[in-house]
Amino acid sequence: MSKSYRDGLPLSAREFIDQLLRFRRGSISRRHFLGVTGLGVATAVLASELGLRPMPAYAAGELGDRLSIATWPNYHDPQTFIDFTTNTGVAVEVNVFGSNEEMLAKLQAGASGWSLFVPTNYTISTYRQLDLIDALDVSKLPNYDAAAQNKRFTAEGEVNGVLCAVPKNWGTTGFAVNTAKLTKPMTSWKDFFDTAMTTGSGRSMVHDYQLTTIGNALKYYGYSFNSLKPDELAKAEELLLKVKPHLFAISSDYQPAMRSGDAWLTMCWTNDGAQLHRDIPAIDYVLGKEGGEIWTDFYAIPKDAPNKAAAYALLNYLMDPKVAVKEHIANGAPSTDARVNALLPKDLLDNPILYPAADLLAPLEFGAAATLTDPARAELMARFKSA
Amino acid sequence: MSSAARKRLVTALLLAPAAVWLFLFLVLPFIAIVVFSLGERAPAGGYQPALTLAQYANLPARAAAFWNTLVLAPAGALACLLIAYPVAYYLAIKVLPQRRLLLVALIIIPFWTSLLIRTYAWMYILGGRGIPAFLELVGLPDVRLINTPGAVLLGIVYGYLPLMILPIYISLERLDRRLLEASADLGATPFSTFFSVTLRLSLPGMMTGFSLVLILLLGEYLIPTLLGGGKVFFIGNALVDLFLQSRNWPFGSAIAVALVGIAVVLLLAANRITARLSGARQVDLL
Repeated sequence: MSKSYRDGLPLSAREFIDQLLRFRRGSISRRHFLGVTGLGVATAVLASELGLRPMPAYAAGELGDRLSIATWPNYHDPQTFIDFTTNTGVAVEVNVFGSNEEMLAKLQAGASGWSLFVPTNYTISTYRQLDLIDALDVSKLPNYDAAAQNKRFTAEGEVNGVLCAVPKNWGTTGFAVNTAKLTKPMTSWKDFFDTAMTTGSGRSMVHDYQLTTIGNALKYYGYSFNSLKPDELAKAEELLLKVKPHLFAISSDYQPAMRSGDAWLTMCWTNDGAQLHRDIPAIDYVLGKEGGEIWTDFYAIPKDAPNKAAAYALLNYLMDPKVAVKEHIANGAPSTDARVNALLPKDLLDNPILYPAADLLAPLEFGAAATLTDPARAELMARFKSA
Repeated sequence: MSSAARKRLVTALLLAPAAVWLFLFLVLPFIAIVVFSLGERAPAGGYQPALTLAQYANLPARAAAFWNTLVLAPAGALACLLIAYPVAYYLAIKVLPQRRLLLVALIIIPFWTSLLIRTYAWMYILGGRGIPAFLELVGLPDVRLINTPGAVLLGIVYGYLPLMILPIYISLERLDRRLLEASADLGATPFSTFFSVTLRLSLPGMMTGFSLVLILLLGEYLIPTLLGGGKVFFIGNALVDLFLQSRNWPFGSAIAVALVGIAVVLLLAANRITARLSGARQVDLL
């Protein structure tokens, strides 16, 4: 987005087309509701033309000619898949999703057609329990180095001692605030909700996602982000109902509204925060000092994957630090892998949005598996949205 | 073969393809939904077999969404009707015949672009850098349009207006003009001719348009999501959340069955009203 004299002027035709194309590619913020809007699976086949130059390791045709991956919007360097196709002859079909719940719904319904997907930490044990994902065969992933991983972020890839998923990147859930409009410094979820009801009234957004919206409302009172206790959830619901009339929107696609100036304050994920701050320096990314969410996204292979050979080949390719480093530069999320961190440019490693101070990280909690399947939180969210 | 038997056979043959289609793609899936609605949510979401009415007993948990839909859908359909009627009247009766085709084409052309894309365009028109930015230039600062119930209503009227205009236009176009002359000859004022002849005879078109728009609006979720900022929650939004977020298929199925029930009742009522007001006749295919 430009920072020129045109800022603040009505959207130009050019910008509209850009936004539209971005929208059609599914390149809207993570976990966005493309799925909710029914277009759910915005599918792009990358580099399907023939030009195969098989990598020495694979005989021609050994990996098939096609592989489908389910992932998040704006989450990969497109060149990664193009290079993989050039090397192996396997075209990569990218399916962009809106939420972990939606991915799970699709896998539960069966015949998703994916050979690889990108679930978030707290969902992996459920996938394993439902027997929807494979145990990973590490011998097929020579580029994966368990010793180089930061265990704080990657522990949930193992379920009962069995490796089921390997990490892509980690991140946090905080909030983004336009400091040109909301000048009072904000440091906590209490600040977030209080501002949303006062100076930020009509200009604030929360996610259309039960985990973070309810979790952060729980943090307002100092409860656990993952609480399932009825009395604590009741307090969170009371707060959310009180704040609702003041909200600009309930949506996980907050980048456009923040960029246009319609919204001044929103719940926000690391990579969106980094992108917003990079383009509009007045937008800060803040972690609530009470805590909140820390997350890791993983790669996993569905049990019914149609092309497991190619899935392992792609996964091994993605675990190559030289490939991974480009992925991190592209999507702006921090790495769990010491070998990758050694290769990342210094300005990325020094960016406090990506790598926050230890005292801000300490109180953060990983999402708990129970929140994914708990009907009480789902019903609370429905009451909040329909109120 | 008697002529009556032959007539029945031909009628049956004519209807067979549609009947097979409807059975495979409407009746069978609907039976599946009814079966799901009698089941239970599996612990991790999805469906597990059971025989219970618990899901139906739980319907009041979505009362707010039903209420929003049952207020905003008829309101939207009514707004469409009030705006569409004069347009259809102008097209069918007032406009020069050589211009008519062009104007009808102009109404249909937007349909060639997906509703999703057109609604997304409204997000920018109504957003802070759209109309409000223009209003600020002329001295009306801080007007907010996007993410309000008004924006949802606007999106509904914009999206569904052609569906309302076309049936009314067709019923008005087929109107026998001699009836209007007769009415005038018999001493009626233009005003009373309109109400007792024109409006009466275009009633089936109005009802067709109204039912079409109303049924589509009952399941609407796209426009409230995009133009209402997720704050205006229709029953369609509740359904999407139940299937894609909380994965409570049985409860979602029960709501779907209830929604179909509501739609059927509304349609039957609309049909009866139309039949009574316009004196409908039985029409044979041959």
